[in-house]
Amino acid sequence: MDLASQLPQLLGLAWLLPLASFVLILFFGPRMGPHGRNAAWVATAAIVTSLVLSLVAFVSWLGVHPAVAAHHGGDHGAAHAGDHADAAGHDADHGSHAVQPPVAYSGDWYTLYEAGRLKLSIGWYIDSLTILMFVVVTFIATCIHVYASGYMHDELHEVTDHEVHLTDGSHLHRPGRFPRFFQALSLFCFSMMGILIAGNLAMVFIFWELVGICSWFLIGFYYERKSASNAANKAFLFNRVGDFGMLIGLMALWGALGTLHFADSQVPGPDGQPVSRPGLFSLVRPAETGHALRVPDGMVKFAAAEKVAKTAPGDVAGKVDAWRAEGFGKWLLFIAGVGIFCGCAGKSAQFPLFVWLPDAMEGPTPVSALVHSATMVAAGVYLVGRFFPVLTPDVLLVIAYIGAITLFIAATIALVANDIKRVLAYSTVSQLGYMMLALGVGGWVAGLFHLVTHAFFKSLLFLCSGSVIHACHTNDMRKMGGLAKVMPYTAGTMLVGCLAIIGAGIPFVIGLSGYYSKDSILAQALSFSQANPRHSILFLAVAGGAFLTAFYMFRLWFMTFAGTPRDHHVAEHAHESPQVMVMPLLVLAVLAVVAGWTLPGGFGIANLLEQSRPAGTTETVQGGFAFGQTLTVPAEYLSHEGTIHVTATMTAFATALGGVLLAAAMYLWRVISPAAIATIFRPVFIFLANRWYFDELYHALFVVPAHRLAAVASGIDQGLIDPFINGLAWTARQVAGIDAWIDRTLVDGLGHATASATWSAGLELKKLQTGSLRQYVMFIAAGTVALFVLASIVFRSSLAG
Amino acid sequence: MNIVVASAVPLLGLITEPVSVAHYLVVGAILFVSGVVCMAMKRNALGVLMGIELVLNGANVNFVAFASPYLQGEGSRSLGLDGQVIALFVILLAAAEAAVALAITLNFYNNHATVDVDRADDLKG
Repeated sequence: MDLASQLPQLLGLAWLLPLASFVLILFFGPRMGPHGRNAAWVATAAIVTSLVLSLVAFVSWLGVHPAVAAHHGGDHGAAHAGDHADAAGHDADHGSHAVQPPVAYSGDWYTLYEAGRLKLSIGWYIDSLTILMFVVVTFIATCIHVYASGYMHDELHEVTDHEVHLTDGSHLHRPGRFPRFFQALSLFCFSMMGILIAGNLAMVFIFWELVGICSWFLIGFYYERKSASNAANKAFLFNRVGDFGMLIGLMALWGALGTLHFADSQVPGPDGQPVSRPGLFSLVRPAETGHALRVPDGMVKFAAAEKVAKTAPGDVAGKVDAWRAEGFGKWLLFIAGVGIFCGCAGKSAQFPLFVWLPDAMEGPTPVSALVHSATMVAAGVYLVGRFFPVLTPDVLLVIAYIGAITLFIAATIALVANDIKRVLAYSTVSQLGYMMLALGVGGWVAGLFHLVTHAFFKSLLFLCSGSVIHACHTNDMRKMGGLAKVMPYTAGTMLVGCLAIIGAGIPFVIGLSGYYSKDSILAQALSFSQANPRHSILFLAVAGGAFLTAFYMFRLWFMTFAGTPRDHHVAEHAHESPQVMVMPLLVLAVLAVVAGWTLPGGFGIANLLEQSRPAGTTETVQGGFAFGQTLTVPAEYLSHEGTIHVTATMTAFATALGGVLLAAAMYLWRVISPAAIATIFRPVFIFLANRWYFDELYHALFVVPAHRLAAVASGIDQGLIDPFINGLAWTARQVAGIDAWIDRTLVDGLGHATASATWSAGLELKKLQTGSLRQYVMFIAAGTVALFVLASIVFRSSLAG
Repeated sequence: MNIVVASAVPLLGLITEPVSVAHYLVVGAILFVSGVVCMAMKRNALGVLMGIELVLNGANVNFVAFASPYLQGEGSRSLGLDGQVIALFVILLAAAEAAVALAITLNFYNNHATVDVDRADDLKG
C-alpha cells in the first residue's frame, strides 16, 4: 500500500476514534461501571489507539521521506525531486533555480455541498507537519487522559463544591461528573485532529468552532461556580470576535477564488477526464512564477470588477497582468490573510484578544494542560503555519507585531501573578506570542518547532502545577514553599519544564528542547531586524521576553518548591501525587528534554518540519504588498549560519541566565526583597498586578455599553411593549369574563334547568310507583272511567246525534 | 208512578220489561264492576285472580248478549256466532292467564311466604 492511500486511512481512523469514544460515553457513560468509572478507560483506549495509528503513520512517512538535514542555498528541492505524490502541475521545469513544492497528500472523503465551482468537502491535507502534530496531540492527550483518570477521581462520588455558596450558606452538593469530563475530552481530541487533518479552510472552520465549544464545556466544567461559567462565556465570546474576522477572510477567499482547498484537487472535467483544479496554495504561489507570491487572477478580477465590466470578455485574460501591476486585488489578499489571522489571534490568545486564556484556568488542570496550553491554543499558530503560503509580507509584519506585543504584555503580567496556574497561563500567552512572532518574521520552522516543544514542556508544567494543587488544595503560591522535600518527582519534573521553557542549555553544545526552538526564534528575529532596521524592536521584544520568561518561571519554581513552607497548614497536608499522575510527568519531562534534539543522521523535528516548508519561502523575499513599503523577509537558513546564530544563542543564554539569577536573588537567596521592589516601583507593580487594566478596559469599552444598551432595550421592553401586551391581555380577559358569564348563566342555566326539571318531575312521578297492586287497579279503573267521561264530553255532539 | 220511578232511576224500568239484551248487559256490568272491586279490594292474590275471572266473564256475557239473533241485521249472511266464538277465545285466554298467574303467585309465595299483594312492592319507585 503506498503512502498516498495509507496515510489518509491511518490518520482518518485516528481522527474518528475519539468521536466513537465521545458517542459511546455520551449515551452509555453513566452506566460504565460505578459512577461511570470505566468512561476513562474508553476514552483512554480510543486516544491510545489514535496515538499508535499516528505513530504508524509517522514511521511510514519516515520510511518514504527520511528527515535529513536540509540543503541550504540554490539546490533546494533536489533531495525531494523524486518523491512527489501530487506531481500534477508541478513537474514543469522551473529553470536552473528549481523550486519544488513540499510533499503533501490531499484528497476528499466526502463532499458536503457542491454548486458550480464552489465545493465544501471533508478532506485531508497531510504533510510532515500534519503527521507531527498528530503525534504530538495524541501523545499529550494520552498522557493527560491517564493523568486525568487520577486527578478527576473526586468526581467519582458525591462532590461538595466548597467554592459554591448556596443561599442558605451551605456548600453545593452534586453528583460526580466523571464520564462527562472524558466525554468532552474525547470530543475535543476529535475536533483538534479535525483541524490538523483538514484539507480545506471550511473544514478547518467547522472544527475550529468545535474545539471552541469543547473549550467552553471544559472551562465551565464546574459550572455552578460563577467564575467558571463567566470564564467559559468569556472565552467563547472572545473567540467569536476572532472568528468573525476569520469569516471575513474565508469569504474574501471564497468569493474571489472560489475554492477553500489548500492543495490542488482532481475534478472531473467536461469531457470526463479528470482535470486539476488549483487550490489556494498554487493560486497564490503558482508554479510558473517559481512559487513566488502573486495576487491570484481571481482576486484581481474581483477587485477590478468595474474594469472587467467595461472590457470585452475575450480581452479580460490579457489585461489581468496589467491590472495586477496597478495593484488591484492586493488589499483583498491582505484582508484575507489578516482575517484568517484574526481567527488565529482569538484561538491562540493574541493581543488584543488574549484576556480569556488566563480566566480559562477555571477549568480542571488536565484541561488547562491539554486544551489551554498544548493543543487548542496552538491551533491558531498551526493555522498560521498551514496558511503561511497565502500570507503576504505585510500580513506577516502584522502577525509579528501582534506576537511581539502579546509576548511582552503577557510576560510582564506573569511577573507579579501569584496564582500558580495564572503564571503558567500568562506564560502560555507569552510563548504563543513567540510563535506568532517567529512565523511573522519568516521563521516558519522556528515557530512551528517552538509550537511542538512548547506543547511538551507546557503540558508538563501544567500537569506539575496540577499535582501541586492536588496536594495543597490551593492555587496561591504565597502559601506554598518548601514542597520539593515532600513532592520530589513533581519538583524535579517541574524544574525540567522550567529549564526547557527558558531554553536552558550549554551554548553550541546541547540543551533542552526549548533551547533549540527558542534560539531559532531569536536568530530569525535578529536576522529580520538586521534586514529591516526599522523593525529591530521585534528582536528587543524577543530578547526581553526571554529574560522575563526566565525570571517568572524561576520565581514560580522557587516560591513553590524552594525555601521553607510559608503556610504550615498547607505544608502538612502536602504529599506526592499517586503514581498514575506522576508517570505522565516523567514521560513528558523526558520529551521536554529530548524533543529538540537532532539525532546523528539528521532525524529531528526541525528537519522533519523542513520537509513541509511552503514552496517559495525558502529564499529571502523582498516584498511589501499592501503598504507600498519594502519589507525583507529573510530566508530561514540564514539565521542558522554565521554571526547571527552566535549572537542569538549568546543573547538567549545571557538573558535566560540573567532572569534565573535575578529570580534566585529575590526568591531563593533573598538578597533583594521583592516587597521593597514592589514598593519602589509601586505604580508599575499595581499596573501589572491589575493585568494592564485590560479587563477593566474591555469592561468599560464593551461590557458597560452592552449593559447600557441592554438596559435601554429592557426599558423599551418593559415600558412600551409589556404594557401594550398586558393591555391586550387585560382586554381579552375582560371579554372572556363577559363570555364566561353568558356561558355560565344562559347556556349552562338552560341546560341545568332542563335537567333539574326532568329530575324533579321524575322524582314526583316516582311516588306513583308505589308497588301496591290494588292501587294500580284503582288507577286503571278510575282512568277508564275518566276516559269514558272525557270521551262522552268531547264527542257529546256525535253521541247525541 | 212507573214513569216517575223510571225517570228517576234510569235502569229501574227494566224490571218490568221482558228479558232483552239490556238485561244481559246489566248482568255483565254487575259482574264487571264486582270483578274490578274484587281486584282493587282483595289483598289475597288468589282473590285478585278471581276478580280477574269475574271481569273477563262480565265481558263474555256482553259478547254473547250482543250476539243475540234479534240484533242481526236483515239479510245478514254471517253465521251469527261471532260473539260466542270470541267468548270461547276469552275463556281460553283466561285459562292460560290463570295458569301463568298461579305460577307467579306460587313463586311469590315461595319467596315471600305470603300471597299478600301489598307485600309485593319490590319494584316500588
